[in-house]
Order: sequence, then C-alpha cells, then structure tokens
Amino acid sequence: MITFRMNGLEVKAEEGWTLLDTARFYGLEIPTLCYNEGLTPFGGCRLCVVEIGEGLRTKLVSACTYPAEEGLVVRTDSKRVWASRRMMIELMLAMAPGSKVLQDMASQFGVTRIRFTPRNEECVLCGLCVRMCAEQMDGKAIGFQQRGHKRKISTPFDMRSEECRLCGACMYICPACQLRCQGPNAETALCNGCLTMDPSCLDHYEDLQCWMYDAGRCGTCVREKT
Amino acid sequence: MVCAGTGCVSCGSFKIKEALEKEVKKRNLQDEVQVVATGCNGFCERGPIVMVQPDGIFYQLLKVEDVAHLVEEHLLKGRPVKKLMYVPPAEKQPVPKMKDIEFFKHQRLIVLRNRGRIDPEKIEEYIAFDGYEAMAKALSEMTPAAIIDEILFSGLRGRGGAGFPTGKKWAACAKEKRSPKYLICNGDEGDPGAFMDRSVLEADPHAVLEGMVIGAKAIGASKGFVYIRHEYPLALKRVEIAIAQARENGLLGEDILGTGFDFDLEIVQGAGAFVSGEETALIASVEGQIAMPRQRPPFPAQKGLWGQPTVINNVETWATVPNIIRRGSEWFSSLGTESSKGTKIFSLVGKINNTGLVEVPMGITLRDIVYGIGGGIPDNHEFKAVQIGGPSGGCLPAKLLDLPVDYESLTAAGAMMGSGGMIVMDDKTCMVDIAKYFLNFLQDESCGKCVSCREGTQRMYEIVKDITEGKGKEGDLALLEELALITKDASLCGLGQTAGNPVLTTLRYFRHEYEAHILDKRCPAGVCTKLIRYVVLSEKCTGCLSCKKACPTEAITGTLKEVHSIVQSKCIKCGACREACRFEAIEQQREEAIQII
Repeated sequence: MITFRMNGLEVKAEEGWTLLDTARFYGLEIPTLCYNEGLTPFGGCRLCVVEIGEGLRTKLVSACTYPAEEGLVVRTDSKRVWASRRMMIELMLAMAPGSKVLQDMASQFGVTRIRFTPRNEECVLCGLCVRMCAEQMDGKAIGFQQRGHKRKISTPFDMRSEECRLCGACMYICPACQLRCQGPNAETALCNGCLTMDPSCLDHYEDLQCWMYDAGRCGTCVREKT
Repeated sequence: MVCAGTGCVSCGSFKIKEALEKEVKKRNLQDEVQVVATGCNGFCERGPIVMVQPDGIFYQLLKVEDVAHLVEEHLLKGRPVKKLMYVPPAEKQPVPKMKDIEFFKHQRLIVLRNRGRIDPEKIEEYIAFDGYEAMAKALSEMTPAAIIDEILFSGLRGRGGAGFPTGKKWAACAKEKRSPKYLICNGDEGDPGAFMDRSVLEADPHAVLEGMVIGAKAIGASKGFVYIRHEYPLALKRVEIAIAQARENGLLGEDILGTGFDFDLEIVQGAGAFVSGEETALIASVEGQIAMPRQRPPFPAQKGLWGQPTVINNVETWATVPNIIRRGSEWFSSLGTESSKGTKIFSLVGKINNTGLVEVPMGITLRDIVYGIGGGIPDNHEFKAVQIGGPSGGCLPAKLLDLPVDYESLTAAGAMMGSGGMIVMDDKTCMVDIAKYFLNFLQDESCGKCVSCREGTQRMYEIVKDITEGKGKEGDLALLEELALITKDASLCGLGQTAGNPVLTTLRYFRHEYEAHILDKRCPAGVCTKLIRYVVLSEKCTGCLSCKKACPTEAITGTLKEVHSIVQSKCIKCGACREACRFEAIEQQREEAIQII
C-alpha cells in the first residue's frame, strides 16, 4: 500500500493506482473530460489537474496519469487548480460552444463568459474517440493528424476507411458533437441555465471549503444568482 | 584549414577549397601544403574562413578570386595578405592571428576544442588530439559506479535546457535491474536561431560517440540511438562516417578495445517536429509513433524506449562527458559558478557584429558576451533586448546586461538557459512583434495534445496579433497575462510549461510598448505594418525616381523632377523606398496621420 496525503487526509492507494483512482476511491470529486475508465489515460484535457508538493515548489499535474507516490502531498481544489480548470473550460467552450457536457461543466465551475472568439467547432480533440476505436473496438480507423493549430481527428487521408465498421462507438463517447445544450441561446452563447456553483469561499481561503470535499455539491457557498 | 561548417559551406567554402587545391598544385606545393576541411570555427559572420597553420593566420570573407593571390603571397613568398585579414569595427589595423581576435579571445573551448583543428571525417585526427582516451580509461580502469561518481562530482547538468544533473539521471538508470537498457543522443535542435548541436555534430562527431560509449558503460546499455533531425544533412553524413570509422577501428560494436564490452549505435532521423526535442516525445518518435509527450513519472530512466530504462542526453552533454573523464571532475567543477559548472555553447545571432557560435564558462555576464565577444550592435544602434533560450525563453532588457549566465539567474529573470540560442535585438525591433513571432512558432509546433498548450498558444497569438494590428482592447493585457500563466501551469510537457515566457517577459520588461500599441495605436519601433504608413515630404523630394525604382509593388507615382507620392492602397510598407531615398524625403508616420502632399 502507498500512503500519502490528499487535501490533508491520509489516504492509502494500491500499487498501480493513479491520483485520480485514489481520489475516486475516497469519494473526492475531480472533474474529467478526456478520461474514461475503459481507456488508457491520456492527460490531454487538463481538467483533472491537481496541485502536488509543499511550500513554494508545488506544481500542477494531471491526476489521471500521475501514479500514487509514497509521501506525496496533493491538493485537489486549490485556488491555482480552480483557476486552471476554469480557463480550460473556457478554452474548450470557445472551440465548441454547443457541447452540453462542456456547458454543464461551465455552470458547475462558475465559468460565465467566453473571452475568446468562438470557433464553433464540434470537436475539442480530447481523443476519446481515437482511443475508443483502437482499444475497445479494435478498429484503429481514426487518428490524430497534424499538430498544433492544424490538429484534427480523421481517417487516413480523409478517405472512407475500410477499417471503420460504422459501429458508432466514437460518436457514443464524444463529449462535444452529440449532446447539444438546449439553453435559450444554446448555439451562440453560454446559457448557464443550470448554474449551481459559484463558491464564494475561494475569495477568502486558499482551498475550497466544501464539506467532505464534495466540490460544489454542498450548496452552502452558492451566491445568489442575479 | 578551410572551414566546412554549414555557415561557411553555404558561403561557398567548398569552392574555396577546390580553388586552393588547384592553386597549390599549380605551384607544385602539394607535398608541403595540405588543404583540410574542418568543422565550424564559430565566426560565421565572416565566412568563408581559411586558417593557415602553423602561423595561425586567420583569413575571412574569402572569394574564389582571392585564392590565387593568397597562395602566391602567403604560401610561396611567406607574406601574409593583410587585406584579407579581419579588421575589428572602428579599427584600421587588421588582426592577423586567430587567438588575438576579440571574438575568440574570451572563449573557453572544451566541447568545441577540436573545432577548426581537425577534419571531422577522419578518425585518426580525432585520436591524435587525445580522442577515445577517456573511453579507454572508462572501459578498462573504471567501474560503472566510479564513472557515475565522476560525472556527479563534476556537477555537469543537462545542456538540453532544463539543466537536470546528468550524474543523477545516470545513477537512476543504473539502479534499474531490467535489461536491455538504451542510450539516446538528442540532436533534435529546433529553436529558431540555434545551431549548437548541429555544429558539435559536424565539427566533432567522435566526441559524441565517445561520450555515449562511456555513458553506456556507466548504466550497462548495449544499444544506443543518435536522433538527428533530417534538416541537418551534413551532420547526418558526418555522424554516419564517424560511426562506420569507429566500428572499423574496434571502438564500437562487439568487444570494444578487447575489454569485452559491447555497444553499438544507430542513427534515427527526425521528421521535423520541434516537440520531438522533448524527451518523452523523442522516445515515442524513435519507437515510430507520433511525437507526443507523456507525463512523467515514470521517467525515461525507469521506463523509456520500449518500456525499458533509457538515458537520454543532449548532444552537447554527451560531447562534454569525455572531457570530464579525461581531465577529472575537479578540473571541470573549477569552471563556472556554484550551481552551474563548466562551459556552455551559445549561438549568438541577430543584430550583432560577430554572429557565430561561442563557448564560454558559466557565470559570464551577458554584457561580456554581447559587447566583448559579440562586438556590440552594428551601425551604432542601441541594444534593446536579448532573447535567450529559444522560442520558450524570454527577452531580457538592457538593464539586465550584467546578469551572470547560469541556470538559476536566467530562470529568475523569466528566461531560461534552453539549448543556448541567443538572439540580440536593437532599438528597431518591436517587442510585441517578437512575442507574436514566437507565439506563431509555438502554436504551430505545439503537438496539440493538451488543451492548455494547443489552445493557450493559439489564443495568445490571436490576442497579440490583434494588438499589432491596432485592434487591441483594454483588458487584453490582463487576459494575456492570465492565459500565459495558466498555460505555463497546466501544461503537460516542457513546451507548454514555458510557452508563456515570450509573453510574460516582454510584458514584464516592455509593457509600455504593448500599451502604446493598444492605447495610442502606435508602434514605437515602427515595425507593425498595420500601424504605420510611408509618406513623401514634398519639400524634400527632388524627384530623382530612386524610390520609384526600389518599390516592389509600383506604389509610387511621379516622373523625373516631380514630387512623388505613394499610393497607400498599393503600399505593402516594406520600407524599401525610405532606404533608397538619399534626401530623407520619405517619412514613416502613424497610420491615421494626415498625409502631407
């Protein structure tokens, strides 16, 4: 067993567990997007970042790929972590404003505006479909192409792939292209119709103060909606 | 000695060599004079370069026409040719000898000790200068633990950028019980304006091989890979020759030097992605996958190439290793500062008199590099900033010129050591434009795996681009700063974790320039084309037509002896007309300014 500290609690992890596995085992909420239990962790969406280390030398790492380490000190909801998560949600929403999964996440984390020019794409390049196709469907029909701002997911040479059996698993798992947000102006703006969370405690403390670390669900700190 | 580094070759040094050989033969000197092609001398500004030994006379900026005269005068009559020698700026007397030239005087050559001295394609010449001595010592006299201790005590830190202690890395890998283990040499140098690794591989490939054999013995590896980007054909060729020669001479392969130690090397060509320089991405690339980094731990020393323990070091690090083993860790650690030992190679480029490759001890100040070795800024312009550490490094202003160059000081100032690119900028450089240039590079070269890096660099580029086009808004700077910090914080690999630096350092030291662009819609350096316009001052224009001839887009109207004018819709704002005008009749103005006719 590996013993380390998470949000001040002493936790025990089994050999081979990641920080995310440990957190979920203890009921601590860490948001994820590109993570799925049945697939290899990717570490791309950066939503599951947690702060590790003590004192001045702390850093952010993705909980889904970081292995549990003896004596590690982890904070899952520090100010720095939340600032990063909110920015990631904003950046992804600017890519695909129509995604209900992302819109819901924005509400949960109190992201109320997009400061970048929306691109109205239907993909946030989380790679779930690529891994689903390769690992669960044994298809390997789609993959990443190019890099940087030209990156996209497609079949080789953008042609109909013989490997693709049209099973639809890629669409089933996609967080962006399937479910559309049905808010008032869903296609153009953030609706925040299901806003539940705007923790005022982060204005005063370094860490989220929710009871049992059930981030955002306890409701005690929700501001009045205007 | 004809310099055959990439800089001189592109200036035609092979033609010079051919002409030299012909002239020497014509005068029947071939038995006394030998024409040798060497690795890069470093003084690339003055190529093609020829050295005449043993006098040590340094000839520069040679043309094929000069060769006959040179051979006749110097080689036959023994009279060095003054007009082909180097004359320092603002001086009249030429400096004949290489060791007296300011550019070379302040350097301390360790990794580059064989530059300009040996033919990199001949193993005998490398061996003649103590080559493979350190390897023989390591293989026959030292235990793996002793080698690692020697490297640890020397204080050598990785020269690839992050500065991780090399000895620690090796020790971690040596501890692993699993085999096989692998060694990798990282020669995927992708920074704009950097050519250190290229030069080492071209000038002294055997030093890298020797370092790798020593490393292999230390960690117990039997197979190594040299990863070189395919844009470096000369380096690839020379390493290939070096490996073949080493194999022939029993310095690579099975039972090296009869010590029973086996180690062999293979070359892997990179396909041209900047991110492949990141170690986990490079390993993926060697495996034949997309060069995409993964999170560490597990570190390559535990789980690297094909899941096996792997040590991966930069070209310069490997080339330093034989020197440490040969001359001892104490000697090495006497150079440099408390935490950064030894020497570092920098490629000095940009607005500087002596462009080239320099090797200096750690702890030297920026001023010594820029004004001492570099010879200052051309045309009496003012020094504005120096960009250190490649695209993800930072821009340091004039007030930090006395900063010592070591890992900690540079990081504290917001830049980083990186692989050692140093771009000098003068007062005609717009810092917002520089930030835009590097962001454009990064958004293109980010692998695109994590949101923070892929989207972060793209959005930062968009914001900065808007600012340079006069579309900047209030609040842009705050957003830019927030985004840059979070990109640094949340990204997975070294690329994203430093991608905010160009923005953060220019914001920190040159905030007023951003503000001028946003609030006044003005580019103080006159670089951002959307914010400037060129106009003809009618009282000064003599109608000489020279600007009209210089204009590439035919945007200037007017006939001889008649005041010209510029058609703004056709003007691409290249500034060629202003350079062509001898009467200072063309002025650069703010875009909204009223045109004076």
